[in-house]
Amino acid sequence: MTGPRRAGPSYREASARRRLAAILDEGSFGELLGPTERVTSPHLAALDLPVAFDDGVVVGTGLLGGQPVLGASQEGRFLGGAVGEVHGAKLTGLLRRALAERPAAVLLLLDTGGVRLQEANAGIVAVSEVMRAVLAVRAAGIPVLALVGGAWGCFGGMGIVARCCDGVLMSEEARMGISGPDVIEATRGVEELDASDRAMVWRTWGGKHRVLLGEADRLLEDSLPAFREAARQLVGRARPLTLAALEAEQAWLARRLADLGGSADALDAWRSAGVDEPERLPLLEPPAWSAAVAGARRVRP
Amino acid sequence: MSVDELLRQLFPGGHAVRREGDLLVGTGRSPAGEIAVLGLCDGVDVGVELALRLATEVLRVVRDHPGRPILTLVDTRGQRMSKRDEVLGLNGYLGHLAACVELARQAGHKIVALVHGQAASGSFLALGMMADEIHAVDGASLSVMNLPAMSKVTKIPLERLERLSRGSPVLAPGLANYVALGCVRSIWSAPLAAGLEAALARPVEPDRRARRGLERGGRTLAEPVARRVSVTTTHGE
Repeated sequence: MTGPRRAGPSYREASARRRLAAILDEGSFGELLGPTERVTSPHLAALDLPVAFDDGVVVGTGLLGGQPVLGASQEGRFLGGAVGEVHGAKLTGLLRRALAERPAAVLLLLDTGGVRLQEANAGIVAVSEVMRAVLAVRAAGIPVLALVGGAWGCFGGMGIVARCCDGVLMSEEARMGISGPDVIEATRGVEELDASDRAMVWRTWGGKHRVLLGEADRLLEDSLPAFREAARQLVGRARPLTLAALEAEQAWLARRLADLGGSADALDAWRSAGVDEPERLPLLEPPAWSAAVAGARRVRP
Repeated sequence: MSVDELLRQLFPGGHAVRREGDLLVGTGRSPAGEIAVLGLCDGVDVGVELALRLATEVLRVVRDHPGRPILTLVDTRGQRMSKRDEVLGLNGYLGHLAACVELARQAGHKIVALVHGQAASGSFLALGMMADEIHAVDGASLSVMNLPAMSKVTKIPLERLERLSRGSPVLAPGLANYVALGCVRSIWSAPLAAGLEAALARPVEPDRRARRGLERGGRTLAEPVARRVSVTTTHGE
């Protein structure tokens, strides 16, 4: 994709390992249960599928802006970053570690289609364990941040996990939701949704719409330094998991549904939110886009 | 089992659970006291409105009835799959619901889930699977995807998936598989009230599903891998 000059290498095109190393302070990453340990999925061999020595996720410790953090990074190039038994257990283990170590934040670099179908039942239970662990870490006052900038985006149960976090950072090119376009078309038919309509797919699940809704907090350019800087700014900033905070979020979500609930398409939602000429939004670069949606953007409380 | 029969068996002392469409909401009387009941029926697909409604009820119990145990009755095929739900950010509504259940746990509400029909996918994750204890009535149906659909998506022949499913709880739908994986703690049969009373009497424990999966032989790596990541030192230390 050609685009504006970036401030650094592409986040989207980097491997999971490189993303995490670039987000953390240089040289600070220490991997836990790395590939040399050869802990692989016990379920793929029976299906004659190749295994990965890290089961598609890198986890470890490091520093961000000099503060200790824990980080995980899903490798979309291995089975679409999907969560199986070992992959999920590495994420859950990292979050359990956070309860003992109390880092300044846990960073989840998500790039995933959700549950790994080849390990279906173990996969969904693993996603549930990750979800509970994220919320337990938040309840302990440690912020958990989701970074979504990979080619798979963040879907299925992991799309729920992202929204259980304190905050979500997204690039314009990334996508987030629960049921992806192919799944909806396969389940409900092309009359409900045409997954080959690229423009519709990007405006529905892409970073711009997610930030306009308030589902994601920041729209970033697709570069490693942009993600690093945005994550650095959010370290140590927890959204409290209290009755007052969740009642505020409840009211905010209810208001958004009342205002935008009649929208059949993201364009309708942008119009209902008060954007003039919503058709031009997909074409705007992030700074111009931010100015165009300033009055319409929903910001999560 | 009909919903009326289910509630009668769970609460022989009586209940005030009303049905609003596919939502069940109210209270039941047990020897331990009043129980908040929040549930789904008819395998309903949970979209943005229902997810928000469920979250409202969880917050109402936390606000108005501190410490009251919560029983969630699960019967859902999953999240509603529609373009509109995605446009409106359904994952955010379900994430909020999960956070509300976590708040209830942190505030001291014991949370028990009972699968009485179907359980699958996003809505099971955000409500039922967030409970301290997950149980199922005999005959409940738990799944991610049926084998013919899985065969289509993964391009693995159906016959092969069926053969592998006989030796592994990981692939095929089925309650027994979810018990083996440690996800479902036990299967309740009549009288259901006994199962509920026992669950309410047990102290809350942290998430031990992986450990149960290990003990039951259905998930042998989840617990040891999580433990190793949680306690070992990093490379170079």
